[in-house]
Amino acid sequence: MAVELLGGRLLAPTFGSSIYVWGAIITVFMLALSLGYLAGGRYSMLTPSVRRLGVILIIAALTVVPLLLFAEPMLDALSLAVPDPRFGSLLSAVALFFVPTFFSGMVSPYAVRLLVQDRNSSGRHAGQLYFVSTFGSAAGTLLTSFYLVLWLEVNQILLGLLLISVAIGACAWLVHAPRNEID
Amino acid sequence: MKRRSFLLSLFLTVFTLSAACGVRADQRLVHSERSLYREVLVYENGDVRCMCFTRHCRVGRQSCMDTRHPDRIVMGYPKMMLGALFLNPAPQSVLIIGLGGGTIPRTLRQLLPETLIDVVEIDPAVVRVAARYFGFTAGYKTRVIETDGRVYVKRALRGTQRYDLIVLDAFDHEYIPEHLLTQEFLQEVKSLLAPGGVLTANTFSSSGLYEHESVTYAKVFEKFYNLKRENRVIITKLSALPDEQQLRTTAQQFSGSFDRYGFKAAELLPLFTQERDWDPGARVLTDQYSPANLLNLER
Repeated sequence: MAVELLGGRLLAPTFGSSIYVWGAIITVFMLALSLGYLAGGRYSMLTPSVRRLGVILIIAALTVVPLLLFAEPMLDALSLAVPDPRFGSLLSAVALFFVPTFFSGMVSPYAVRLLVQDRNSSGRHAGQLYFVSTFGSAAGTLLTSFYLVLWLEVNQILLGLLLISVAIGACAWLVHAPRNEID
Repeated sequence: MKRRSFLLSLFLTVFTLSAACGVRADQRLVHSERSLYREVLVYENGDVRCMCFTRHCRVGRQSCMDTRHPDRIVMGYPKMMLGALFLNPAPQSVLIIGLGGGTIPRTLRQLLPETLIDVVEIDPAVVRVAARYFGFTAGYKTRVIETDGRVYVKRALRGTQRYDLIVLDAFDHEYIPEHLLTQEFLQEVKSLLAPGGVLTANTFSSSGLYEHESVTYAKVFEKFYNLKRENRVIITKLSALPDEQQLRTTAQQFSGSFDRYGFKAAELLPLFTQERDWDPGARVLTDQYSPANLLNLER
């Protein structure tokens, strides 16, 4: 959610802050998340492990790097190629945010597979996971829009989020717990 | 009985609240329409008709017109912005970002009959209301372009048209488009000026934003005139700024022609100052750092 908010900031200089720019960003995030959920669920069928979950997190973080480095020239080129601001911003949102959001979407269903031990507790685990991820989104949104933008540059905030993601991924890799044993 | 006293106290509360909010009985709502961005409201109070974006014009008026004397400029800041003509009395082309009630383009149209005037306004509802209630429409050598100001500037930079005068009037008290206040945007606007071109911007005179905005303009334009009343108007030029003597000389050309707008050209002259009354250490606003609305909350 924090990245989504900052996405608006990144697109505004090129496409403005019209309602369709936000529409484009939200559409792409939702679409990428939904496909990520599918892929994450699928991937959890093949020998799931906490290490692999860590790898997904690290990939999700690393795919933000091009955004940090090339967002501006990319946006300029796309706005030239597609003069209509609606489809220009939609295409730009795909180019910048689709891949990182897709990998982020893989995390939740994959983690459900690791958390669930039996059918009885599966609802509870899924509920806990939804709680953590949605509550985290709420906190990230509030913190970013009320305070972080007042202290930091957009790219600094993105870099911070990226590092947090890598750190969590690295922890998961190092903990190296055998599957189905974390709770 | 209980119910009645409850209703009575409810009524009193509403009454007190509305009085506290400055709801004025003599202000009449003439028109309102919802757009993608806001609610565009037109109020009349006696002969004065105003466009507002908040109910009862609580957070400031966008633009006002005297319905009996439509030429008279009611608000203070458009008069100050016309002071930009003292730096270039005969611009061949003008770009105005932010239409409002069209006071500035209407006045410039009369003062400069042969000048090309392009007006960029993001909100089609504002364009409609300006035409219907404030007598401003596109026409001979006057274009209205419905798009985001920054998007227009970026596009225009790829073309050949450059402007002798650019007027930035896209902010209101309640919400600031943050991408129209950054160093990068001002740099783009600067590139869109013709040689010797003049820029004028309607900005904020109070709030924590003043310092940040001032350093940002100073970073891009180095020197500018800072005119302050209830608003702050920045006026600057690509080549060297004229001194006060030169301003006075040019202002004399307008000594008669501003009368029909209800003010004297000479009354603007004392407002022209280059005094830097802001903190030079304030953080410059950039595309990466532009929390203008949060900064505007700080007093």
